Amino acid sequence: MNGSGNASFSTCSPKVCIVGSGPAAFYTAQSLIKARQDVEVDLYERLPVPFGLVRFGVAPDHPEVKNVINTFTQTAKHSRCSFYGNVNVGKDVSVKELQQAYHAVVLSYGAEGNRSMGVPGEDLAGVYSAKDFVGWYNGLPSCRELSPDLSCETAVILGQGNVALDVARVLLSPIDILKKTDITQPALEALAESQVRRVLVVGRRGPIQVACTIKELREMVNLPNTRPDMVAADFEGVTEALKDLQRPRKRLTELMLKTALEIPGEKEKQNKASRFWGLRFFRSPIEILADPDHNRTAGIRLGVNRLEGSGEGARAVLTGEVEDVTCGLVISSIGYKSIPIDPSVPFDSRKAIVPNNMGRIEQAAGLYCSGWLKTGPTGVIATTMNNSFDTARSMVEDMDLGTLDVSAAKTGSQSICALLEKRGVKPVTFSDWEKIDTVEMRRGEATGKPREKLLTVEEMLQVAQK
Amino acid sequence: TTGTQSLRSDNKVTVHFINRDGEKVTAKGSPGDSLLDIVINEDLDFDGFGACEGTLACSTCHLIFDEDVYKTLGPVTDEEMDMLDLAYGLTDTSRLGCQICLTKSLEGLVARVPESVADIRQSKDGSS
Ligand SMILES: Cc1cc2nc3c(=O)[nH]c(=O)nc-3n(C[C@H](O)[C@H](O)[C@H](O)COP(=O)(O)OP(=O)(O)OC[C@H]3O[C@@H](n4cnc5c(N)ncnc54)[C@H](O)[C@@H]3O)c2cc1C
Ligand code: FES
Repeated sequence: MNGSGNASFSTCSPKVCIVGSGPAAFYTAQSLIKARQDVEVDLYERLPVPFGLVRFGVAPDHPEVKNVINTFTQTAKHSRCSFYGNVNVGKDVSVKELQQAYHAVVLSYGAEGNRSMGVPGEDLAGVYSAKDFVGWYNGLPSCRELSPDLSCETAVILGQGNVALDVARVLLSPIDILKKTDITQPALEALAESQVRRVLVVGRRGPIQVACTIKELREMVNLPNTRPDMVAADFEGVTEALKDLQRPRKRLTELMLKTALEIPGEKEKQNKASRFWGLRFFRSPIEILADPDHNRTAGIRLGVNRLEGSGEGARAVLTGEVEDVTCGLVISSIGYKSIPIDPSVPFDSRKAIVPNNMGRIEQAAGLYCSGWLKTGPTGVIATTMNNSFDTARSMVEDMDLGTLDVSAAKTGSQSICALLEKRGVKPVTFSDWEKIDTVEMRRGEATGKPREKLLTVEEMLQVAQK
Repeated sequence: TTGTQSLRSDNKVTVHFINRDGEKVTAKGSPGDSLLDIVINEDLDFDGFGACEGTLACSTCHLIFDEDVYKTLGPVTDEEMDMLDLAYGLTDTSRLGCQICLTKSLEGLVARVPESVADIRQSKDGSS
């Protein structure tokens, strides 16, 4: 082992591979490359295109959030960083094989699973997960065929996080706003024809426990041509509770209160809003109700809750009372979850994360994790950035201390690419992606959009291999 | 160094940043530049700073000021407050660096780059 912690007399450089190419992968890579002048980092991504949820999650009307792509692109173009898209780790190549070729493997493959509601009727037509709905309007190839039926008047969204509000906003946004974004053409056409006029965003607990952040709520409040439709009784006692809240929660609650209790003035009345949105509290889904033919969603039965305890830790408890709401569309937005991709990697199926200590995967030397796989699927890109920097810091510490042995020469991408070729897998390089990027932007230009995304893996590969 | 350049630099405003290691970093910017512009133009090495490139969509340009300085920085919009609410280690004198523009009167200003999560270990956040 290299006692001095100095790699100068070792001829080979530490080779690290990262699984995934979302924010976690790129921020981990960026931090490693900066911290060690000798480290080489390769990213393996399942799809032919990079950036994970920045491309397939972040709402099309949030282009500013996607500016992080510029920094990711700089990292990808660094001489010590390489991107290999179209490589499904766990299927095309195993984690064991990656470990043989690299000194360390970082798993940053996010949270691609879905929490299900577990209520009867969940499989009816007209019920979708927010994950699929978002994937559909953002052009995720696996969600292309979703073609949600938007012919009903009322949609119910279960869950009150930012993803729920993204979906509500996309459902209610004036089409003139959406058509200037990178939303997919099929989604734009479907939304232009949509009959949805009213969106209810339902939570199990009360106003003080909502999971969204204030920016997303304010966007709803300011959405042109829409009006809030709240139930004043839900806000009983909330004014009194304000004084004990910390600033972020307090400002969020104040905005909600103001929105709920404000009597529309003359100006608002004149602005004849044609669409409505509302938050509904203290309700849990009990059953999705079918139409008389039993094939389509006709409504949802909600159980009425009361709260036990107070503040952020309060628990919702069913009272036994129920309420039926007529609706033709139910979108469950109760969270993403990580899934195991390789049986050789420890996985905590209860928490749905890889068990780790500051990014070091427990009982697995040379294996690390970052991003949503490490923390669970909460937080914004800045949160993911910080936890990815932490993982990189742990790795550099381990290299310096020698607990991560980087002295033996490793083959890196050379042997992995040979393996992939034998298996008939053609990786997409970063310059291949740039060809896709160019085609997408050119197509967008023609219709006044920043980009028109390619919607199938086949089409992406075709452009990449030109 | 030509004459025009030195003329221009006369017009510049000096600001000091305290980085995450507690070290003082001094830089100059032109009136009208934001504090984020200075960090970028002067290539100041604050990890992850300015992720959304000044578009009020990330809170990674969070800076902390002394109270008397904070008061001179001008009003804060609701939108800036909204993003600040997501910042780690939020204080009563926090601002977003991309929203503060330099003026001559800010000469000598001191801005502290707050510690990152590794030091604070916040468990609560909004999304999902
Ligand atoms: C709908 C939605 C909207 C959001 N909007 C915002 C927002 O406006 N602002 C904000 O700050 N944050 C937002 N977020 C949060 C942000 O997207 C996350 O914090 C961040 O993307 C998590 O990064 P990650 O790299 O861990 O995961 P991901 O971004 O999911 O990246 C994981 C990557 O791994 C790849 N992968 C998966 N399996 C494999 C495999 N077997 N082999 C190889 N590669 C694989 C995936 O294809 C993907 O590219 C949003 C999240 C969602 C879900
Ligand atoms: S740089 Fe993102 S908010 Fe200032």
